[in-house]
Amino acid sequence: MRQPFRLAPLAAVAVLLLAGFVPAQGADNPGKITVEFWDKWSGFEADAMQSVVDDFNKAQDKIFVRRLNVSRIEQKMMLATAGRVPPDIVNLWASNLTSYVQNNALLPLDKLAREAGVDESAYIPMFWQLCHQEGFLWALPLTPSVTALHWNKKMFREAGLDPEKPPRTLEELEEFNNILTKREPDGSLKQVGHLVQEPGWWMRDMTHLFGGSVWDGGSKLLLDEQPSRDFFAWIATYPQRFGGDAMNRLRGAFGNFASPQNPFFQGRVAMIMQGVWMDNFIRQYASPDFEYGVAPFPIAGAPAEAPATIADTDILVIPAGATHPREAMEFMAYVQTQPAMEKLCLAQKKFTPLREVSPDFIRNHPHPYIRTFIDLANSPNARPILALPTLTEYSNDLNNYVNLLMLGKITTDEARQTMQERQQKALDKKTARWNRAKAKLLAGWRSSL
Amino acid sequence: MTRGEKRELTAGLLFISPWLVGFLALSVYPILASCWFSLCDYSVLADPVYIGTENYSELWHDEVFWQALRNTLVFAAVSIPLSTALAIGLAVLLNQPVPGRGVFRTIFFLPSLVPAIALAILWQWMLNGPVGLVNNLLRQPLDLINRLAGTSLQPPDWLNDPSWAMWGLVITGLWGAGNAMVIYLAGLQEIPAELYEAAEMDGANSWQRFMHVTLPLLTPVIFFNVIMGLIGSLQTFAVPYILTNGGDGPGRSLLFLATYIYQSAFDYWNMGYASALALFLFVLILALTWIVVRFGEKRVHYAGR
Repeated sequence: MRQPFRLAPLAAVAVLLLAGFVPAQGADNPGKITVEFWDKWSGFEADAMQSVVDDFNKAQDKIFVRRLNVSRIEQKMMLATAGRVPPDIVNLWASNLTSYVQNNALLPLDKLAREAGVDESAYIPMFWQLCHQEGFLWALPLTPSVTALHWNKKMFREAGLDPEKPPRTLEELEEFNNILTKREPDGSLKQVGHLVQEPGWWMRDMTHLFGGSVWDGGSKLLLDEQPSRDFFAWIATYPQRFGGDAMNRLRGAFGNFASPQNPFFQGRVAMIMQGVWMDNFIRQYASPDFEYGVAPFPIAGAPAEAPATIADTDILVIPAGATHPREAMEFMAYVQTQPAMEKLCLAQKKFTPLREVSPDFIRNHPHPYIRTFIDLANSPNARPILALPTLTEYSNDLNNYVNLLMLGKITTDEARQTMQERQQKALDKKTARWNRAKAKLLAGWRSSL
Repeated sequence: MTRGEKRELTAGLLFISPWLVGFLALSVYPILASCWFSLCDYSVLADPVYIGTENYSELWHDEVFWQALRNTLVFAAVSIPLSTALAIGLAVLLNQPVPGRGVFRTIFFLPSLVPAIALAILWQWMLNGPVGLVNNLLRQPLDLINRLAGTSLQPPDWLNDPSWAMWGLVITGLWGAGNAMVIYLAGLQEIPAELYEAAEMDGANSWQRFMHVTLPLLTPVIFFNVIMGLIGSLQTFAVPYILTNGGDGPGRSLLFLATYIYQSAFDYWNMGYASALALFLFVLILALTWIVVRFGEKRVHYAGR
């Protein structure tokens, strides 16, 4: 009789431990299936998404979507999927797709999307294309983005430039850059017209300004090709003109992006490459009299016939092994409807990935330059964001070599050639991994459709 | 074994079983799994594929690995002696019978309680080139030197200049010297007062007393702190990671082995390669600790021996 009592504390501990592993299914919404949604947004962007989630939860009585804000979402999704406990929906970036697809971490959505009535014809082609890999649909677009030149009109005026006339070619941008750059009496930089590294988020895609890309879309990096050579040569003009140390010191005083100390708001940098969200940050952090304009970012050579841009989109994916894929797709399809998408995009002050928008969407849109972004997204010169399987490695390497180049510690050819060699090796490794798994994975995905 | 002994053994094992389970599941298994993964191409998401010693051969030819290793060793070689000297110096000063000694001890110990992330963010601003507090303090004396000597010295751009970034990190690390200082203080109080009296009677001045009494008798504590400091500095991760906003620092000057392991595993999805790096770090720590123990212990003066 005494033995069971002795074991009772152990049993209690075991029960408590096990309880921790049991998912609390529908605990807060009895009778409904709970769909776990990992969202990367925070602040007002998260509020906008939550509002759409709430609408969906109210609109039907079978599914409850639970939105959870997750930082470093790419890594956490990777680990959760590897641990076979993924959420049902994740909000990622289109540039993440290749890595996840090649590692079989996502569910192909072709069949589910077709059944849910999601159709290609509804989308701006670029954003539909960004959701595809290897001929399969892996994601549905959320809020899209395209890059554009943002310029500080007050700084243009003070430098004697016409504040309504942004540069139309890269050569003109650099002329303006020289005019807008001012120094302190001690020779240090007071302000600059443009810096490649401010904010530097699209440096890996900037070869497109010279009419090329750094990747052939398959197994080859193209850093030896002329557009890449031109890109590195362009970067090298910065330390020559402004001095690497002076630029470094100027950049050292820049505050955080989402703060009043953002160098663009502070008048330290006059022209930057930015996306549609910038207006939100300007409203929130810049002084009320801050004047800015938005235009296509100029490219090298003659002005482009159609404006050039780098297109990206936030995406919704269903991880492989998700518990409720059908219910997840039901929510995703709801987000793709015009009213829900417009509500989300209006609240986040972005444009929609849908071809058709209601007349009120443009009329009521708070972004003064929303039309420019929509035109850019529809431009034949819009290029998809680089979706290399080695994207993070490539970006880290590029940042490092650009940094060394700016400090004059390496030549352009050394930087470019070393990167080509190192990154080609990294890509070869990922390509070999993909080639080993490809046939089996493709067959599996095909059979699931 | 008698029945009673068996029962005692069972009870003992049962009592330590939480630790045993934790040790097996969270230490032994990961180490063994790492050994296996280091011989595989493994992305975490897909099954590991055996590739022999390819990861080790890649490591040998990877210039970033060598840079991370060099940074790690340089940081350990610079920060351990400096932090040891500072901690001993502070402990000796705070061991003097002065009024408000307890308050001073608390003040010097407090910074070591600041969490690593908060510490890194704080120093990110302190070491900011144009607007940081450290450079504001340096600017005036440098201006004076420039005026007198006709030079054009400028305070360093600590975290953006590859030649200064490591020093920035070392200074940040010294902020936490209070922890070791407390251990040295305890060690100092263990030194018998009669040894100082005897030295004083023999005519030893304060420096001689410090060199011939304090330091020798403090060597067991120094030995312990140096080994812990060595292991800690070879594993340095959080502070440089935050200081560089998750990057490698200018010219990869703040890329350490632990950061490179993390990047390879979770940013680049090369868990196999990261495992090879981790095992290398494990062997490195083991080897350096062995060297310190092997050659350092002879110089340690244990009062009981």
